[in-house]
Amino acid sequence: MIPAAFDYQRASTLDEALSILADRGEDAKLLAGGHSLLPLMRLRLATPAVLVDIGGLRDLSYVQDRGDEVAIGALTRHRDLQISELLLNQVPVLAHVAGQVGDPQVRHRGTIGGSLAHGDPASDLPAAILALDGTLCARGTSGERTIPATEFFTGFLETALRPDEVLTEIRVPKSPGKFSFKKFNRRAQDWAIVGVVALSDSPARVALVNMASTPVRASATEAALAAGAAANEAAQRASEGLEPPSDTNATTEFRRHLATVLVRRALEEVGL
Amino acid sequence: MPGVIAAFTGADLASEWAAPMPCAWPVTPDMKNPPHYPLATQRACYVGDGVAVVVAESPEQAIDALAGIVVDYEEEPAVTDLEDAAADRVLVHPDIGTNRAYTWELISDPDALKKAFDSAAHTVKERYIQQRLIPAAMEPRGVCVVPHPFGGDFTVYSATQIPHILKVMLGITCAVPETSLRVVAPAVGGGFGSKLNVYAEELLALALARKLRRPVRWVEERSEAALATIQGRGQIQEIELAADADGKITAVRVHLIADMGAYLQLVTPGIPLLGAFLYHGVYDVPVYGFSCTSVFTTKTPTDAYRGAGRPEATYAIERAIDALARKLEMDPAEIRRRNFIRPEKFPYSSAAGLVFDSGQYEMALDKSLELVGYDQLRQEQRRRRENGSARLLGIGLSSYVEMCGLAPSRVLASLNYSAGGWEAATVRVLPTGTVQVVTGTSPHGQGHVTSWSMLVADRLGVDPQNVEVLHSDTAVSPHGMDTYGSRSLSVGGTAVAMACDRVLDKARVIAAHQMEVAEEDLEVSAGTFSVRGTPEKSMTLQQVAFEAFTAHNLPDGTEPNLDGSITFDPPNFTFPFGTHVAVVEVDTETGKVDLVQYAALDDCGNQINPLIVEGQVHGGIAQGAAQALWEEAVYDDSGNLLTATLADYLVPSAAELPSFKTGATVTPSPTNILGVKGVGEAGTIASTPAVMNAVVDALSHLGVTQLDMPASPEKVWRALTNVGKEAGR
Ligand SMILES: Cc1cc2nc3c(=O)[nH]c(=O)nc-3n(C[C@H](O)[C@H](O)[C@H](O)COP(=O)(O)OP(=O)(O)OC[C@H]3O[C@@H](n4cnc5c(N)ncnc54)[C@H](O)[C@@H]3O)c2cc1C
Repeated sequence: MIPAAFDYQRASTLDEALSILADRGEDAKLLAGGHSLLPLMRLRLATPAVLVDIGGLRDLSYVQDRGDEVAIGALTRHRDLQISELLLNQVPVLAHVAGQVGDPQVRHRGTIGGSLAHGDPASDLPAAILALDGTLCARGTSGERTIPATEFFTGFLETALRPDEVLTEIRVPKSPGKFSFKKFNRRAQDWAIVGVVALSDSPARVALVNMASTPVRASATEAALAAGAAANEAAQRASEGLEPPSDTNATTEFRRHLATVLVRRALEEVGL
Repeated sequence: MPGVIAAFTGADLASEWAAPMPCAWPVTPDMKNPPHYPLATQRACYVGDGVAVVVAESPEQAIDALAGIVVDYEEEPAVTDLEDAAADRVLVHPDIGTNRAYTWELISDPDALKKAFDSAAHTVKERYIQQRLIPAAMEPRGVCVVPHPFGGDFTVYSATQIPHILKVMLGITCAVPETSLRVVAPAVGGGFGSKLNVYAEELLALALARKLRRPVRWVEERSEAALATIQGRGQIQEIELAADADGKITAVRVHLIADMGAYLQLVTPGIPLLGAFLYHGVYDVPVYGFSCTSVFTTKTPTDAYRGAGRPEATYAIERAIDALARKLEMDPAEIRRRNFIRPEKFPYSSAAGLVFDSGQYEMALDKSLELVGYDQLRQEQRRRRENGSARLLGIGLSSYVEMCGLAPSRVLASLNYSAGGWEAATVRVLPTGTVQVVTGTSPHGQGHVTSWSMLVADRLGVDPQNVEVLHSDTAVSPHGMDTYGSRSLSVGGTAVAMACDRVLDKARVIAAHQMEVAEEDLEVSAGTFSVRGTPEKSMTLQQVAFEAFTAHNLPDGTEPNLDGSITFDPPNFTFPFGTHVAVVEVDTETGKVDLVQYAALDDCGNQINPLIVEGQVHGGIAQGAAQALWEEAVYDDSGNLLTATLADYLVPSAAELPSFKTGATVTPSPTNILGVKGVGEAGTIASTPAVMNAVVDALSHLGVTQLDMPASPEKVWRALTNVGKEAGR
């Protein structure tokens, strides 16, 4: 539980962070809330040579109204999402999901940018952003680009971000309609064994937590709903095309079963 | 490498050891005990078996250096399954020719046993698995050995429950004279039995401090604690009940296979024996048979874990009696009533050979049912079943008795335990009237300082603030048998009370002399000796203590100073009891079990500090419920532990547990002058079967009666799916 030795640099501006990244390349890792990265380092599953601490970039912590969209700074902590009036009114699903992450300590440290950039299929916020059809903004030395959430998660703990890029902002369309978040776990503080985010807005969208090597949309279920299937019927197809993991909490087979039950419950809850 | 002072293999250190690591409980004369050294030299037998040690200036440097060690392992097959181990197909220790460490039997009357089962109106036969548990004390282990600059003495600071026993064992294994060792257990952050042991790292730290002539410190990491600190439980249990037509149990027969792990640690082989006498539970059963085969596996050694043997026994009988109730279509409360040992039968000689001190089992049951609102719950249960609700209700009872207060040395001898069960205490009234207590118990979260102060204050009539309790340092408290098995109050606390009585006896002699009256004419109250009929003529304990200190005017033959010492060897165990009731909701679609209500009625005899009693019960319930629903040390087929972090090993938090309703009855123990019994393990012992019985109670009408722990969502779901399939067939 003792990490390997590393250098530590605290960035006071985004540009400074970018220039250190450009300098140190793959040796460098950004440090935001540290609640995914530090556990990996303690287990020596990650051994970055230098940590670039962007935790002090408070100008990247915000929730702003942008007309049809809400924009969220990458360094906004889960707790700030949970209590944001704007989100509670315009994107309530995001506030709710943020409130279900880990425990109070985790929610006061972890950031939405870190959660997305980490690319963990077991994390809650990525599924919410996927379901919302969000857009992610990244800045690199060569400029800024936007990446649709549906193209962001490329593999287990892998994303479309390049090593020299910082995720700066997440934009989601306002979605004040009904939502449901079903997080199934055995202890309150744990990651989801299976999680389901469902939105009633047309077309209805469903995203799954911990049902594949990346956060995913339940596309077969969505297609069934679009074709007019009832909740129960659409839920039967929750894990179609997916290869959910198997671990000490649940086998692949049980995860498939859970997804069916939880998707049905989520759809019923949003009135579909 | 930077900071590295030394690195050794097992072979390098072989000459440091005068004896292998100790096992103090050779339960049978032919027990197999493979030699076990702090570092393996030829064969590493489990993941966690050390092979080399690095000493560095800092823990970070030492851990970095580990990466530089290349161990060329030749892999051999693992043996992780107990029945597989018993079959001896693959041997953990080829040298001893078998995986079976021993077989131990306790059968009061074999013919009667056979007859009871042959002629029984009803029998049930059940098979249960006691999964392995990781003790997960809040503070992991740690040891620091400081060599004195001159003279070859060492001070050993260890996060241990047993400084006194550790000192003896370190002396023997490392060939250090006991006079050269001082063992201190500083504030220790929990143990639950896992620190009732003598560990490789303690021996290594001492040997390395001796070799390197400088202080050596080792602190365990969380995942190391999962791998290299002992684990608990690990049994396959077969229990059979014979009963007459009215559901009165006529015989109990039990066979265990117990998992020792790869080696025998301090009391590993004895753990099944601590339950061996209790598989008939609180029930009056005339015929009894128990046998246990213990096997080696390629896993972390097992040993004492909160309750040690007794939770296993209670679990088996309490689940089996529910199975009998189902067979007879009887309410679980009713079948218990029919079988309880009746109050007038105490002291009760059991078929297994124990003498139970005192008990009022039915009263505890009645009060627990009242506490939880049993009848209303049964109605609610019926209502949900009739509605076809997907959230079924289950109500589980568990009536328990445990033997604690380890214990009479002669009884321990008859079980081949190598040490005694006494406890030592000294009480000194200092010249200024404050009181110094020296105890041989070694608290690590149980609040002995508070409780001992209270009982001394009570007996001597002093303010508890003015009582100092010294413990857990062999230089200060040279005699002691330490803390485990809910023994501290009933043995150690009793010793303190008896030492107080010696102080009072001596004070009475001095006071009578000083006041020139006969001893019989003195009465003592609130720390003051006064002359009967002339209350203005009196002396306080403080005055007596000062007189004893100056020794200017003591009666002939009275030694100066006001103190009293005693070593107390109790005449019997104590037998706390009670009934716990768990209420669960089971989601039949996901298999998730929620513990929604819990009521505990415990009788631990007289209570010294009710708040501490309540705290022990709360923690115990959580720990026992954890076995029922969450915790399990999971190994893969190659013997790798898959649950070595607290993300994978599911220790529950307050969020998973309801508020507990607790209650107590008080049935004093006649075994000691305080009338106390012990409460350190009761909650754990009672709660596991209460919760599992509740889960089965929720589902049995659907056909689910076989369910092993932990009752995880997947296990419950599979059980429901299987009965569904069978019903469909
Ligand atoms: C006990 C515990 C329980 C938890 N439970 C849950 C849970 O139930 N659900 C859940 O979803 N999560 C859970 N988490 C994870 C938590 O939400 C993390 O906070 C989050 O996943 C990562 O955010 P962070 O700010 O801490 O990122 P960090 O750990 O600092 O970084 C994570 C990764 O993202 C990179 N990174 C961070 N910020 C940026 C950025 N702006 N641009 C580019 N790359 C970046 C880092 O380099 C690193 O690779 C838990 C964590 C803990 C410790």
